Amino acid sequence: MVDNKKYNFRKFKIISLIILFIYLTFVIFLIHPFGEPKATKMDDYFIKNAQRQTGSNNVVSSIVFDYRGLDTLGEASVLFIAVMSISLILGEKKNT
Amino acid sequence: MSKIIKIISLIILNPIIIFGLYVIVHGHLTPGGGFQGGAIIAGATALILVVFENNIKLSRGLFSLFEFLGLTSFILMAFWGIVKNTFFYNFLTNSNGILGKTIVFGINQGYLNSGGVIPLMNLSVGIEVASGLSLIIILITRNL
Amino acid sequence: MINFIFLTVIFLIIIGLFGTMFKKNLIKLAMSINIISNGVNLFLISLGYRQGGIAPIFTNAPNLKMVSPTPQALILTNIVINLAVTAFLLSLSILIYKKEKKL
Repeated sequence: MVDNKKYNFRKFKIISLIILFIYLTFVIFLIHPFGEPKATKMDDYFIKNAQRQTGSNNVVSSIVFDYRGLDTLGEASVLFIAVMSISLILGEKKNT
Repeated sequence: MSKIIKIISLIILNPIIIFGLYVIVHGHLTPGGGFQGGAIIAGATALILVVFENNIKLSRGLFSLFEFLGLTSFILMAFWGIVKNTFFYNFLTNSNGILGKTIVFGINQGYLNSGGVIPLMNLSVGIEVASGLSLIIILITRNL
Repeated sequence: MINFIFLTVIFLIIIGLFGTMFKKNLIKLAMSINIISNGVNLFLISLGYRQGGIAPIFTNAPNLKMVSPTPQALILTNIVINLAVTAFLLSLSILIYKKEKKL
């Protein structure tokens, strides 16, 4: 057994959190102002052409299932694998 | 639970499932889609499990079968696009047949007979998410 | 002018990291991971906001000025994956509680 008291980096954790907080507050001044995004070329293309190319009024739905369908396939597989592992963990055993 | 809660929950069960099916079927016209509608239908399962505490045994085999069918139909629909053009090709849109009404850019009132393969994918993903979440809720509440 | 949305994002992520570092309870650990994920979701969806825009749906829309649709599609993926991870963590903590009789 490793002694837990000896390897408790409490000060190190607190100092790293404070450094991360200061760094992220400096990022606020570098980012674009709220409500005025700069690089919107791809989104404008989607909004302009999604109705004609996919026939769906909902642009989010056309991105999820058509333009980026591979992401949705991976996500459905993740949900399937999670349900399978939960039923492996919590399912009752057969008394054979 | 008492008798009043049981009867009221059985009355309110049908509108919940029908609202979930509405959100799934209108996924390409209004806000919503397969995931959200599936989560609403899984709420009906949670309602049954909360009201009838230990008196009901929901079978896990049916939910497992539906989840497998949903994921398999989604993958088959994705691979059927390879026959036409590429992976995830929308082969039904702009064909002026079933689910293929041509839509031009602009504001319209929303036609249910449009969207190509997107409503079918919404339906399969909705079945998969609803049965998967129901399975998770059943397994966790049985082991508490 | 200070960007209050990003300040909220930073506070959410710092609170979540604090919880994962200093809390030993398994339920609190799952809650901290959820808080970090919600912070990331808020950050992504506030990047795509356009001033005065509506949701990108053309059915009976009042005007044609719309927010960016791509971050919303990615967040839809992220929410479901977060749900799967949370359910897996909770089932593992049920298993640990059955074996060790404490969390």
